[in-house]
Amino acid sequence: MSRVHVTLSVNGEPREMLCEAHQSLLDALRDELGMTGTKEGCATGDCGACSVLADGRLVCSCLMLGVEAEGMDITTIEGIAQGSELHVVQRKFLEAAALQCGICTPGFIVAAKALLDQNPNPDETTIRYWLAGNLCRCTGYDKIVRAVQDAAQELAYEA
Amino acid sequence: MEGYAYARPTSVAEAIGVLQADAASGRRSQLLAGGTDVLVQMRSNDREPRTLVDVKHIAETNRVDIGDEEVFIGAAVPSAVLNENAQLKALFPGLLESADLIGSTQIQGRASIGGNLCNASPAGDTIPAIIADGGICVIAGPGGSREVPCEEFVTGVGHNALGAAEFLLGLKFKTPASGSGDAYLRFIPRTEMDIAVAGAGVALTLDGGGACTAARVSIGAVAPTALLVPEAAAALIGTQVDAAALAAAGAACSAAASPIADKRGTVAYRRKVVGVLCRRASAIARDRALNNIGGSQ
Repeated sequence: MSRVHVTLSVNGEPREMLCEAHQSLLDALRDELGMTGTKEGCATGDCGACSVLADGRLVCSCLMLGVEAEGMDITTIEGIAQGSELHVVQRKFLEAAALQCGICTPGFIVAAKALLDQNPNPDETTIRYWLAGNLCRCTGYDKIVRAVQDAAQELAYEA
Repeated sequence: MEGYAYARPTSVAEAIGVLQADAASGRRSQLLAGGTDVLVQMRSNDREPRTLVDVKHIAETNRVDIGDEEVFIGAAVPSAVLNENAQLKALFPGLLESADLIGSTQIQGRASIGGNLCNASPAGDTIPAIIADGGICVIAGPGGSREVPCEEFVTGVGHNALGAAEFLLGLKFKTPASGSGDAYLRFIPRTEMDIAVAGAGVALTLDGGGACTAARVSIGAVAPTALLVPEAAAALIGTQVDAAALAAAGAACSAAASPIADKRGTVAYRRKVVGVLCRRASAIARDRALNNIGGSQ
């Protein structure tokens, strides 16, 4: 089976990978690039654990092929913090204890950051609808929603 | 057995060439737009290797053109992109709502209405909305392009009218006249992220006095394919879309439905609900049309 050479940008870094034609972007990130921050939950686009940004748009990396990422800018959970400085969404997840087992957390953080980037002041309903594609079986969601609200509030103070 | 392959044509001719080469060699092709149905199916019930023909990098499938006469929506334009288009949203709020109902934010970023149509699920939410809006499928193939009304495009559960080496370029609509409105409603037991138990799409046009001069009604998830219901449209045309007309249109939809019973609803329930959805969607479309009378949209 021939592999396809894919050139892309991941978290601002130029990368190359060899993908099987039907290999998901999720598997390519994890298995070809060794970036295991992005998690597999369902592999059917229902749980959002594998959320990444593709050219700035929130997607499930399990529902994209690695080969489809040719020429794209992909942002993963590994690209959210600035060096050792956590993004405000990450900090608020810690402060609000918005995680338990942690499998869903990378997806929630990527999704929440994408929301705040385009809507710095979302109301609770907007947050809940935006995150409807991210499933968590531990927290019951309230702490997650509060963490995102706290992050928005802090961003508003900084602005 | 040969493995999977990936092709990324950048022109209609190149795409048809790939499809023809596969057909000639007896190899299976799989059209790929957003992939939100295809990739899931490929990993579950249908694992046969094939050439994945990515149609997202062709100008025509990515185009959204809004003209005075005609609107064209490329088959591969993601739902999120459509819903960010304020002009399109003003012209076809019902169609865009139907697209916006499908899946999560993540799904919206990839899934297209062309893909929803080609996937041909009985419960595909955009299909009744497209049919109500009079959508015409523009299909590219070896002999040039051809057009098929949307209500004839889906031929059965999971089956569509695409022939060998053909693919869907996009959907064409007449630009709605002033006094037009559309709406799509579905019923699901949850508030988000679910598959329609029943759905109804309505598009109608009112004259200056509020009388309905044209209407199209389509119902989904209550038959193997979404259905155009001319009897429901006839119940609205010539009326003020008042309570009596709404009731008659709803009854026509209930009569036209031939649903299955499954865990999401019984036959009797679906029949009833599709009538209710038709009434409500017709009222929304009427109110939208009233707001558009006399003004350009």
